[in-house]
Amino acid sequence: MNVLSNEVREQATTAPESNELKSYSVTRRRRSVLVNVLRVLFIVVILGGWEIGARTGVIDPFFWGQPSGIWTQIVTWVTQGTAQGPLWEQVAVTLEETIIGFVIGVVLGVIFGVVLGQYRFLSDVLGPYIKALNSIPRVVLGPIFIIGLGLGIQSKVALSVVMVFFIVFFNAFQGVREVDRNLLANARILGASQRQLTTQVILPSALTWIIASLHTSFSFALVGAVVSEFLGSVQGIGLLIQTAMGTFNNNGVFAAMLILAIVALLMEALITSLERRLLHWRPATVSDITI
Amino acid sequence: MNTRAPMTHTGSSSQLTGSTSPPAIELEHVTRRFRTPKGQIYTALRDLNMSVAPGEFYAIVGPTGSGKSTTLSLISGLERPSEGVVRVMGKPVQGIDPRIGYVFQTDAIFPWKNVLNNVTTGPLFRGKPKKQTLQQAREWLARVGLTGFEDRYPHQLSGGMRKRVALAQTFINEPQILLMDEPFSALDVQTRNLMGDELLSLWSSSSASVVFVTHDLEEAIALADRVCVLTAGPATVKGIYTVDLPRPRNVAEIRFEPRFIQLYHDIWEDLRNEVMISYERAQQRGS
Repeated sequence: MNVLSNEVREQATTAPESNELKSYSVTRRRRSVLVNVLRVLFIVVILGGWEIGARTGVIDPFFWGQPSGIWTQIVTWVTQGTAQGPLWEQVAVTLEETIIGFVIGVVLGVIFGVVLGQYRFLSDVLGPYIKALNSIPRVVLGPIFIIGLGLGIQSKVALSVVMVFFIVFFNAFQGVREVDRNLLANARILGASQRQLTTQVILPSALTWIIASLHTSFSFALVGAVVSEFLGSVQGIGLLIQTAMGTFNNNGVFAAMLILAIVALLMEALITSLERRLLHWRPATVSDITI
Repeated sequence: MNTRAPMTHTGSSSQLTGSTSPPAIELEHVTRRFRTPKGQIYTALRDLNMSVAPGEFYAIVGPTGSGKSTTLSLISGLERPSEGVVRVMGKPVQGIDPRIGYVFQTDAIFPWKNVLNNVTTGPLFRGKPKKQTLQQAREWLARVGLTGFEDRYPHQLSGGMRKRVALAQTFINEPQILLMDEPFSALDVQTRNLMGDELLSLWSSSSASVVFVTHDLEEAIALADRVCVLTAGPATVKGIYTVDLPRPRNVAEIRFEPRFIQLYHDIWEDLRNEVMISYERAQQRGS
């Protein structure tokens, strides 16, 4: 979408003739209508095919579910609540775990990344351990946290923190390392103290990297929370999925998945708007393409 | 953008003779070596001697890679000499001196700060009150012709405008010594001349000494009181020329004056050899 609006801006400056502009905006509108129609068509074909397949017996709905069944399941959850209580409560619990884990993980990741990025000696000492820790698939820490911290929110937050920390840490670290030498020299000449260098030059300059990592790390926070709920919990979407799986209710698994997807997309939109606010100084680049 | 600002500055040649105050900048037998990534030792400067008078506009020209930027880094305190002494206002350089301003070759203004906040950076780093600083910053932006652009971000500005921001950012600190490392080399010729005029008018209303590094001899003669030619690396002083052209000068037009052409001719004789040496070396390295 960004790219489109850029093209428009460019067009407006290079071709001020209103005629050309008008025809351009007409083609653009046509194109966006076409894109939207095809988008709808795409999902209709996929879901319709699935539904027809399930009804005609090509796809076994017992194993692979069926869209109408998924929809019925969601309606039931919304209107009558789940076995564990109202649906919104499950969503709220998972979201709470995710967000707390995300925030703690990001803060820790940024602090460690910025400190280790600046002090080469420290990063040389700790480097191998961080690499070793990072190489462990961190989901396997889930059982340890469940045993150590119990079935409550703490174990979920802990797993989320661990999942988020490393991504943010490595990005912050790299961001600090990549700070433009000229900017640092300039800031020092202008009179910056070491602390001012960190807060006013290094941090803002690493922010591009850090923010970029937030997109991935939020979905990892969600993975941490949900997986930890699988492993042992009393509430949450993960438990919902696990219960559905236990009763061979595949429609239930798909329904919970759909709810998770909606939650993740909403949060993603929030992070994107945060990014726009924090990085408004950046020129619009090709990397800004969003689907 | 008044290119013919009234000159309070009389040029330094008069100040040079009979002045008892110490030179603004003094380099004595300065050598600077670097370790290359391959572990070899590279000598950028060898036994360099240089003296800049207070209020003087001093240009350094030399072939590419001749240690011109290194010289500025040593004066600013960003780097230390391997041998020899660098003095600023009579005192050896230890760390970064707040009286020094530095305009870099590449853009070094902060891309996440808008124009106004870029200009206020220096005074705020130095703990000046915010209100007064904002006022000053607006004045400096007016002087470099950027009023109305306070809220823009660097990426929204042209190269010349970004340079103006850098000038305002440096001048607001009222440096007594201004170091400039090929500041206008990325600009087109017309803009470069305009910026030269602008720089001269800013300088004339200050009492700062300027060390202006460039590889463009015309620019050096048009701006400076004295031009110092460095040899191809390791750099040492090949010759120093006094530019006795009257001020105020118009950077774009002064190059048609007979005296300018004469000076250019003389200095170029010196510079040519060094340029050839450095060119041949670059070719050898390439083959």
